[in-house]
Amino acid sequence: MKKEKMFSEYEDNWETSMGAIFPGEKVVLRGKDVLKELKDYRWVEYLLFGITGRESPRLARLIEGMWLICTSFPDPRLWNNRVAALSATARSTGVLGSAGALAVSEATIYGLKPIQGVSDFLYRTSEKIAKGQCLEDVVKSEVKKYRGIYGYGRPVADKDERIGPLLEFAKSMGAGEGPYTKLAFDVDNYLGSSRLRYRINASGVVAGLLADEGLTPKELYHIATLTFTAGVIPCYIDALEKPEGTFFPLRISRVNYEGTAVSRVWGQ
Amino acid sequence: MTNKNKQETITTKIWNEIPEDDNPFAAKVCYCSGFDVYGDLLGKASYIEYLYLLFKLEPPSPNHALLLEGLAIALANPGIRDHSVRGAMNAGVGGSTHASALMAALAVGAGNLGGGREVYNMIKYWEQCGTDINAWEQMIKEPPVEERADVWPSMEHAPGFDPNGASCTLPVKQVLAHMVKIGDSEKLEWLQANRERLEQFAECPLAMSGVAATALHELQLSPDQAEMLYLLLRLPGAAVHSLEQEKLGWRRYPFFGDGLKLQKYNPKENMG
Repeated sequence: MKKEKMFSEYEDNWETSMGAIFPGEKVVLRGKDVLKELKDYRWVEYLLFGITGRESPRLARLIEGMWLICTSFPDPRLWNNRVAALSATARSTGVLGSAGALAVSEATIYGLKPIQGVSDFLYRTSEKIAKGQCLEDVVKSEVKKYRGIYGYGRPVADKDERIGPLLEFAKSMGAGEGPYTKLAFDVDNYLGSSRLRYRINASGVVAGLLADEGLTPKELYHIATLTFTAGVIPCYIDALEKPEGTFFPLRISRVNYEGTAVSRVWGQ
Repeated sequence: MTNKNKQETITTKIWNEIPEDDNPFAAKVCYCSGFDVYGDLLGKASYIEYLYLLFKLEPPSPNHALLLEGLAIALANPGIRDHSVRGAMNAGVGGSTHASALMAALAVGAGNLGGGREVYNMIKYWEQCGTDINAWEQMIKEPPVEERADVWPSMEHAPGFDPNGASCTLPVKQVLAHMVKIGDSEKLEWLQANRERLEQFAECPLAMSGVAATALHELQLSPDQAEMLYLLLRLPGAAVHSLEQEKLGWRRYPFFGDGLKLQKYNPKENMG
């Protein structure tokens, strides 16, 4: 009965302070009148406010610059972007291609899992160090447990071309000197000199920089959700302009079959 | 990344093709785990048998085919009020693309509450506990806690059980009874025999996802395979309900016009 009562309380009753639209009248987000109080916001400021409740043009600009440098790469070979290119070559719609690519961006070897994961790692590591553990032990234990650390190492390439521009941009915004950024690079120094030779990638630097700005792993995850889209859509447009079906076509000899060699007959 | 002397290939144990004589990009014969799909399997195998073959690379035993057939029917339409079906209907009433209706159903139906991830998690429990009731009790009462943050929210209830249920619903009991009746399914029989004790540990009733997870584990699917197949099997209902609502239109579909109550925003409480 208790549970039935809980559902009854929620029936036609969604109490929220997050936001709502009052058709013909106003739109509210976190207590602000969007059309009056937030109308001059830049879009990323609005996104940041929606996700965290924080109002900070500087932080929004920092985030916007980071996404441009780190995640908006229009290369259709990248796995999420490729979904958009494949959608276009198969003549699906732009939104379906982008939405598919967006969902795929929640990947393990790149994208949203490392973005959130490395932020989480930095917070946990910092806490453990504050409690007296040494960095080497924390890193070793993480590697042993998870066979790697989000934010370190990179598929396809070893060197991350984004780190230099990212740090330069951060510096121009008065960021990059905080304890989490330092920790991110301390881990990089340790891993680079260990037998693993993993180096920090852009998501590790972003996580450090934004942890120094007070963003939690989950806030970073939400803010990063759409970041790939600016690289995804050009891939769709590009493939749509070419003849249908021509995006990296695969001839049958490209299938490397490693299954049963025996030809089988159903029912025998 | 690419060795120009050797073209990159896709490796598979599932699928092999023979090209048409006039086109190296078109298949003349397609083999699924050694079976000629269009030249032999078509017309002989049932859809369920072919589905099983795709996942397992071997034809099912008659018993396993019946089990999967039963599960496929049980899951085909989660019902018009199910969260994933509601996701799909939102696409329908708004005139969104049909693909988006299924994508919405998948997005909503992927989670820990009645969705694909619940099935994944319950099979993880099965793998650790088997048919040891004491192990289940400990696992349910002291669930494993992952130190590392995940993109999935943490489980808020024992996987396979309905945190909002009052008692085990008739359809769940009927599906479980049907699966047990098919016979030769140790885990489903154990689930039926121990349902009430497990429900006591979980403090809530067994859910359809729990029966599905157990059946998929009985079919010896890995947690990943089971999650995927569960997502797939629940789509027909989403499809037809979305199409139906598309025709009926948004005016005849709940908007909850008076249902949202905007509260005063308190920045300190609502931060983050």
